[in-house]
Formats: sequence, C-alpha cells, structure tokens
Amino acid sequence: MDKMPKWADVILIPLISLILAAILSTLVILAIGENPVEAVNLMVTGALGSTYGWGYTLYYATNFMFTGLAVAVAFHARLFNIGGEGQAMLGGLGVAMVCLYVPWPHWSIALLAAMAAAMLFGAAWAAIPAYLQAKRGSHIVITTIMFNFIAAALLNYMLVNVMRPAGSQDPATARFPEAVHLPTLHEILAPIGINFSKAAPANISLIVALLACVVVWALIWRTRLGYEIRAYGHSETGAVYAGISPVRITIVAMLISGALAGLMAINNVMGEAERLVMNSTEGAGFIGIAVALMGRSHPFGVFLAAILFGFLYQGGAELALWTSIPRELIVVIQALVILFTGALDNMVRMPLEKLFLALRKEAN
Amino acid sequence: MTVPAIELKGISKAFGPVQANKDISISVAPGTIHGIIGENGAGKSTLMSILYGFYKADKGEIWINGKKTDIPDSQAAIAAGIGMVFQHFKLVENFTVLENIVLGAEDGGLLAPSLAKARKELKELEEEYELFVDPDKRIDEIGVGMQQRVEILKALYRKAEILILDEPTGVLTPAEADQLFRILDRLRAEGKTIILITHKLREIMEATDTVSVMRRGQMTATVKTAETNPEELAELMVGRKVLLRVDKVPAKPGKPILEIENLRVTDSSGVERVKGIDLTVRAGEIVGIAGVAGNGQSELLEVLGGMRPGSGTVRMNGVPLALSGPGSDGQARRAQGIAHVPEDRQREGLIMDFHAWENVAFGYHRDPAYQRGIFMDNAALRADTERKIEKFDVRPPNGWLAAKNFSGGNQQKIVVAREIERNPDLLLVGQPTRGVDIGAIEFIHKQIVALRDQGKAILLVSVELEEIFSLSDRIAVMFDGHIMGERLPHETDEKELGLLMAGVAGEAA
Repeated sequence: MDKMPKWADVILIPLISLILAAILSTLVILAIGENPVEAVNLMVTGALGSTYGWGYTLYYATNFMFTGLAVAVAFHARLFNIGGEGQAMLGGLGVAMVCLYVPWPHWSIALLAAMAAAMLFGAAWAAIPAYLQAKRGSHIVITTIMFNFIAAALLNYMLVNVMRPAGSQDPATARFPEAVHLPTLHEILAPIGINFSKAAPANISLIVALLACVVVWALIWRTRLGYEIRAYGHSETGAVYAGISPVRITIVAMLISGALAGLMAINNVMGEAERLVMNSTEGAGFIGIAVALMGRSHPFGVFLAAILFGFLYQGGAELALWTSIPRELIVVIQALVILFTGALDNMVRMPLEKLFLALRKEAN
Repeated sequence: MTVPAIELKGISKAFGPVQANKDISISVAPGTIHGIIGENGAGKSTLMSILYGFYKADKGEIWINGKKTDIPDSQAAIAAGIGMVFQHFKLVENFTVLENIVLGAEDGGLLAPSLAKARKELKELEEEYELFVDPDKRIDEIGVGMQQRVEILKALYRKAEILILDEPTGVLTPAEADQLFRILDRLRAEGKTIILITHKLREIMEATDTVSVMRRGQMTATVKTAETNPEELAELMVGRKVLLRVDKVPAKPGKPILEIENLRVTDSSGVERVKGIDLTVRAGEIVGIAGVAGNGQSELLEVLGGMRPGSGTVRMNGVPLALSGPGSDGQARRAQGIAHVPEDRQREGLIMDFHAWENVAFGYHRDPAYQRGIFMDNAALRADTERKIEKFDVRPPNGWLAAKNFSGGNQQKIVVAREIERNPDLLLVGQPTRGVDIGAIEFIHKQIVALRDQGKAILLVSVELEEIFSLSDRIAVMFDGHIMGERLPHETDEKELGLLMAGVAGEAA
C-alpha cells in the first residue's frame, strides 16, 4: 500500500512547505522591523494586481517552465542536470546568431528557426556532460556545474570579442531587427478586446512553454522513449535486463533536457531583451531545479510551481522597489521557499505519512 | 515445570492496514531449539524484530526467564541476553574477525586492551563451543560459513543466552549447513536457547525440538517436531494441501537449442566469474544449474540474457549469438527466442514503481503490438495484462497496482507470465521461487514444466537443491566458474551434489 493518498503527496506537502517558508519569512521581516502584512500586500498587488504585474509574473514563469521541464526530464532518468543555466546561455547564443545573421521575412519563421537553434545549442551543451557520464562515469552533477562556468566564460568571450558591434562599450550584441520582434501578450490579446499592459515582457513564448509542458507530458507517459527513460530512472539493472541501453538513455534524456533549457532563450533573449546580454539567464536555470522538485517532475506540477516562482520573482522586485526591505532579503525569501519545498521535503513528508497511517488505523 | 527462556504473550503489531502479527503467544523452554516456520510475509521477521527491539509491539508482553522485560531497542535486547544472527551478515568486510567481534562492545576509548581481552575470551568461547575461527583473518578473506560463525561468536561474546537465527542456511552449501546444525546442537547442549527462523521444512525437521507455524500474522500451531511431518507443516503454513514434489512425466529431449562452448565471463572489476564452460540444453528438457550462490551461475544467466558481455561460443538454434558489442543486449536475445526470468525480480525483472500493466510489457515494450503511431498503445497493454492476470491467477487482480504492492509470489507470477506467454524457444530462469510463498511455488513450477512439455528448452539456476531436484531433467553443478559435473537427478543425491558444490571433483565428471 502507498503510505498516503496521492492528493496529499501532490498538493498537501508542497502547501505545508510553502506555509512553513511563509512563516519563517514573516519572522525575518519582523526581525528587521518591517510590517509583514504590508509586505505580502505589496507582493500580491505588485505581481498579480495588474496586467503589468501579471505580465512580469508570466514572463518569469515562462523561463521557469522551460528550465523546470528540463530538470524534470533528466530527473525521470535519475540524472541531476544542474546545468540548465549554462544550457540556457548557449541557447541564447543560438537565438542571437539566428536573429542577427539571417534576414527573416516574418517573426513566425524566425521563431521556429530560433527555437531550433536554441534547442540545438542547449542540447549540444548538455551532450558533453551526458557523454562523459554515460561512457566515462564522470558524475553529471559535477560536469554540468562546471559547464555552467564554461558557458559563462564562452558567452563573455563571444560578446566581448566577436558579437559586440563596433564602437559599442557594452558587452552585448546589437539589437535584433524589427522583423524578429515576437508578439507580446498585449499584441496577442488586443484583437480579442483584452487590454493587457504594453510594458510587460510576457510574450508568445508563454504559449510555447505551455505547449512544451504538454509535449513533455506525452513524451514521458505516452511514448516508448518516455517508458524507457522512466524505467532506466527507476532501476538501471532493470533497464539492462530489458535491453534498454543506459548509455543511450543517459545521452538522449540529457539532450532533451538541454534542448528544453536552451529553449528558454526565445523568451528572455528574443522575446524580452531582443539582444543578447551578459548573464541574460539571471539564475533561471537554478530556479528550474526548485521548480522541478516542487512540481514532482510532472509537467503540470512544473507549470504551477513556475507560476509560483514567477510570482515570487515579480513580487520580490516590487518589494525591493517600494519598501526599505533590502534586495538581499527577497533572495532570502526565495531561498526559504526553495529550501522548504525542495531540500526539506522529507521534513514535512515523514510526519505527514505517520499521521496518515495513524488515521487509517483508526478507520479500521 | 521449568521457567520458559522466552515467553511472548499476545503480541500484536500492525503496519498501517497490515496486521503483521496478531495476538501471538509462544513459550520456548531453555536449552531447546525452537523453529519458526512460515511463508514469506507470514510475520516471522516482524516477530523477531520485536523481540530484538527493532519494532515496538502495539500490544502484548515479553517475558525473559520468567521476568517481564521491556525491549525498546537492541541494546536492551543484548542486555536481556538475546543475540541475533541476521540473514544478511552485519560485518565490516575489511576488519578482522577480532575487530568485528569487539565492534560496538569496546571497553573504552583505547582499542588495544579491548582487543586483548576479546582475544582471550574468544579463545575460551571457541573451545567451549568448538567454534573455531582465525581471529586475525579479515572478513573478506574467509568464506560465508566462517562469517556466520563470527556472527554467532559476536552474540556469544555479548553473553547471549538466547540466540535467534534468521534464515541461516540461505547462503550455505549443504555441508556448511550441516556444520551449522552441529554447532547449534553443541550450543543447545551447553544450555543455550535457540530460535531458528526458516522457510525450509527440511531444516525444521532436522534441527528443532519444537516448531511454531505462522500464517498471515498468526500462530497457527506449535507442535513437537518429533510428532509432525513435512506434509502436515506445509499444510499448516499454506492453509491447504500442497504438492511438495512436482508432478511430471519423463522428459523427451529433442534437438539441441542452446549450445555453449568455452564460455568465459569477466565481471566489471576484472575477476573471471565463468571460466570456460560447455553446456547443451535440448528442446523439451529442464537443465538445472546447482551451486552455492556466487559461483558464476548468475553471470552465466546474465550473459545468456544479454545483460553482460562474455566470450566464447554460444549457439541458439544453431545460430551463434553475439556475446559482446552490438546485438548482444536483452532486446536482441528476446528477438532470438530467449526469454528470461531474472534472479532478482525487484531490481531486474520488474520496475517496482510501475503499474502491473506497464511491467507486463517490460523488455517487450518495443513489440509492434504495443505501439500505436508514435505512442505506446496503453489500452492494448492493459487488455493484455488483464488476460495474463487471469491466466496466472495474480492477486489482487488489479493491473493498476504498482508492482511493489504485490506480494513476492504475485510479483514473480507477473514476471513468469510475461516471459512464458512469449512462447520462447529457450527460457532462462533464475531463482524462480526465491521469496515466493509455497502456494505460488507450486504454481510457478507447474508453468515451467508445462513449457517444457511443449518442447521448449529451459535452463534453471537455483540455490535451492530441493528445487533443482524436483524440476530438473539433468543437473549441472557449478563451482568457482567451472561446471564440476553433470548428473541425472534419479542417479544422484544431495550428498554427492553437495560435494560437487563444494568443489570436490566427482569421479569422471
């Protein structure tokens, strides 16, 4: 028998973790002499109170959906891809090349090409750690972390020495041409009579991210490859018994994971900045780990967790803007949420399992 | 009337909805060997874990030597004079025998005085019980039989008066098992009380004075061993009459299906496990490989099943098999008509977190019958699962349950159903009834024999000699990577096989 009902596992545990993180955050805010009620109020109105706020929340959420899905796919093969950050950076490089060096007649074709390039670059960046893991047994956690640094250095080099327009002091590419401008939510929703904030960066990539959730779901639970990835993730010896090649699954799962992380670049590079800048990923690759953990590696869970973290990001930014709560504290609050929902999962889970067992015994 | 060494009164323990022990009372007289027999999952281990302080009983009392005793943890159990020898030894492999014995019972911060004292006491214990071991050998240098002695000495060193042995013969050769029983006799003669947990009827009959039978968490009977017989005990264990011997007609071997010549297997750490064996399995016969666990049988099965590389020549229906590189994996083997019931169903044969219906395709998940376009045809899988569940009487008959939620026997039925229903030319079977209850053993044996009677070849690996004897039409004995000899089951006996299993070459193998 399972120890507790599924709803408790999927909903109750993340909820309790969140509440615990909220309580601790409240205490921290109190300790520095600010008003927690006001802080929450600011976060909610800032992130969800206007289409402007929503536009930012959804923009961040789009990033986190891509990186969260990336981590989730690798998790199903029991691979811990910490390299989402670097893969997303490389994805950005691919997007920038496609947008800058090819004249596109229409944004839609450019988007398809940019997606292909983002996935290709992201997958390529994941391929080397994957190969080293599969063939040489180098631990994927170590190699992907190191590849984040290499990616940052590579991007630095490319932006400073290769892609920087002549005469510019800024380590960034030139602005992408107008033809590759992606429709924002404002532009998408205006024809159907919804007035969405013009200034918010949320764009059509959100829809790509939602589609990616559906595709990943189908891949993992409906295809043969997904079956093999899950089987390998649950038992390597089992996979060998069934004639599923661990080398192949490790590499394929990491390629898909890297491609998804790379895909994030259509949102932040093509959709928002419309040029490639240093550190364009802003840590979204790492947030993806928390998102995947909290979402139980299920695409729907990833979707919900991505929205939550989008809210925390945007709400946190508002908080820093309007109160004297320092920027660093926002990071503390975000870290607390990650800590409780991800790392301290068992702290909530074990007492809860005991509780459910006791309840069931009463019922008998 | 002597005071019982151990008396359990009304012990109950539940894990969630599962009642593992229900109102169990036993009384063991001092200086006797008391057997506890029951199928896997009958609650034997739970009961002993309560006695050793791993679990706390929900209800009931423990009386040791006429005193009511609380046993909250294993320290308390040791203080009460209870020692336990686990099925899987708890020894530190790169420590010496002496260090292992002292471990956890050191007198102070400095090791040398403890070791010196232990060396002296160990010598006395050895002489008293004729339990000889070399105290300065490292654990990984001595055999399993010796390791078990170390476990027993560990308990005696801690002044155990009551010794619990959990499935002690699982890893021993018949000869080593006999030695163990002689040691137990000796301990009994010195006044120790012994509780022997096993699922092997033969051991109960040979070694014990009294025996308690457990079924589904309850104690169904306690009888004097001299006044019972294996058939009665089996019936008490299962709750119905069971056939202990497999009913089968003589084999009609046909053409060779599997031909092995000079097969060698080296494991990942570079140790040669199979050292050049020759073996043929014909259509319509069951060839049993006997041997103590770890003598190369597992590796043999794994090479044939495509799970690890090997070298040499193996022909299947006359066609050479690739033994390494492309075309040597499990998928290729299945395509060549080889089905495989692996030794470890929980780590290999099943994905424990998958639904039963997902497991029914495991290994055959690329079969076109299970595909629909780019997706897997889950509806077809589920329909197939329902058929197999019904035909193989899997209980509960619910394809949506995860494999881990079935009992060992029903898990194995899922694996056997999947492999046999493929109608393979050759079936590889490893430990088909390990951790499987008697009722399911009977069923699985029948299915294997039925497959043989359809003219299929079967290669069986089992560490249970009884199983080898009752199923095999021909027996090959493996020791240290070699086949020591082949015998016909009706022309040999356990003693001869036991010698071969221990590496003593038979006459004209």
